[in-house]
Amino acid sequence: MASPDDLKFTEFDEAADLLSADPGASTLSVSAAGGTTAAAQDIKVDLSEDEENQEENAGLLGGEKQTSGFWTFEYYQSFFDVDTMQVLDRIKGSMMPLPGRNFIRHHIRNNPDLYGPFWICVTLVFSVAISGNLSSFLSQQGDPRYHYRPQFHKVTIAAVVVFLYAWLVPLGVWGFLTWRKGSEHQTSGYSFLETVCVYGYSLFVFIPTSVLWSIPFQWVQWTLILIAMVISGSVLVLTFWPVVRDDTKMTAFAIVASIVVLHTLLAIGCKLYFFETAALDVKPTPTPTLNASVAKVTG
Amino acid sequence: MAEVDEANKPLFAGLSDVSISEDIPVEGDIAVPVTSRGADDEFSTLDEPVKDTILRDLKAVGNKFVHVMYPKKSSALLRDWDLWGPLLLCVTLALLLQGGSADSKEDGGPQFAEVFVIIWFGSVIITLNSKLLGGTISFFQSLCVLGYCILPLTVAMLVCRLVLLLVSSGTASFVVRLIIVTASFGWATFASTAFLADSQPVNRKALVVYPVFLFYFVIGWMILTFSPSP
Repeated sequence: MASPDDLKFTEFDEAADLLSADPGASTLSVSAAGGTTAAAQDIKVDLSEDEENQEENAGLLGGEKQTSGFWTFEYYQSFFDVDTMQVLDRIKGSMMPLPGRNFIRHHIRNNPDLYGPFWICVTLVFSVAISGNLSSFLSQQGDPRYHYRPQFHKVTIAAVVVFLYAWLVPLGVWGFLTWRKGSEHQTSGYSFLETVCVYGYSLFVFIPTSVLWSIPFQWVQWTLILIAMVISGSVLVLTFWPVVRDDTKMTAFAIVASIVVLHTLLAIGCKLYFFETAALDVKPTPTPTLNASVAKVTG
Repeated sequence: MAEVDEANKPLFAGLSDVSISEDIPVEGDIAVPVTSRGADDEFSTLDEPVKDTILRDLKAVGNKFVHVMYPKKSSALLRDWDLWGPLLLCVTLALLLQGGSADSKEDGGPQFAEVFVIIWFGSVIITLNSKLLGGTISFFQSLCVLGYCILPLTVAMLVCRLVLLLVSSGTASFVVRLIIVTASFGWATFASTAFLADSQPVNRKALVVYPVFLFYFVIGWMILTFSPSP
């Protein structure tokens, strides 16, 4: 602390660092450093300039997300305020859940986006439909009667299922958690967008899984389901457990169990409906004659 | 009337200095400037034969097709966007994808309406995505570029149908079709990225290119899985 100029410069640096780390912080505390009143006044002038800039920036960058009305384009633009590296980082975080890391606190950090959930759902719809088509083609390779069919209607069904899951289930979970928070059983909660975000990113691991499901062996498919469920489910459980553990034990376990069960139902349902296994390879010839004899008996 | 004039005179006496009367010559030129002669010419296109109108639009569309087939950084697609080309390509592709085999009505390939919806709805969603991420391109310019870049895939569809006519479906024809469709899908993605890439912020380019890649991939898959009725 040599001269007032030096003091002013370091104070400015610190203040700028603090502001950039947390734009929501108030900048009224001038008493951090000692020094002469002249220096303090200089510091005050600098900080107040910063405060004006910070308020301007808060308005522009959206310290809260609802700065514009929902009928303006900028409102929706605030949900797409992510860079390529951030999206890739969030995807990596959803693939590698570590016990200490809450996905929302660690990766999303008050900047939920809709880019990831939406495009992961679209990619999942097409990967499930295309891989399912491929698996039904591969599983009946040896059958000469088989005529290839594109089965385009499965895309529609996959789209309905995936999008309903990715939007209605977070709505239900968020609604339930908010109600419990309102009746003071919990201390903190997540916003709706953060819940949608974590569900969307947790579905990412199903994309490579669905591509690999086209391998027509039963044990491969069930192993893949297990791995995908462990990864995806643990992302969800690690995210929601800190919120519900303040609640009564019954409710906490019920919420976590229902999240896991719904996720399992989605995975197994997709696998069973879209993907056929090579079960017919074991006995190819008896089945047509069996069907023919049944037809003869009933016909 | 004279009394009224006399009563008005002292009130409005000062105005006679500023009012334009017939004595004061009017300065300035109120002749119509030269450029409005162009407006006159455009209006006169009502009198031209229909063949000229159609040919002019067709030439514009054809010019843009050339730009798509040899994509270099030009602003022709962006400056004079039109949606005739995308409509032509979309209808052609949807018609060519008809007539796929179907044992039951459901198990067949995409219907005409499904192709239409995928192409137009997909283009709109990709455009919205790029605008939400902060792109500076306008809505219809982006639709125009995405629609015109379907041209390589339509050409691939034509070639695939020819291959299926000449060679009955087997592994060889599948491999040939796979190569053709993959090449045209790569070409379409590369062409549209060449036109769209400049309007995106630098650290979000991949976020904008990925949906375009997915869009042409899905169209390529629809082309590849087309199997004609036996």
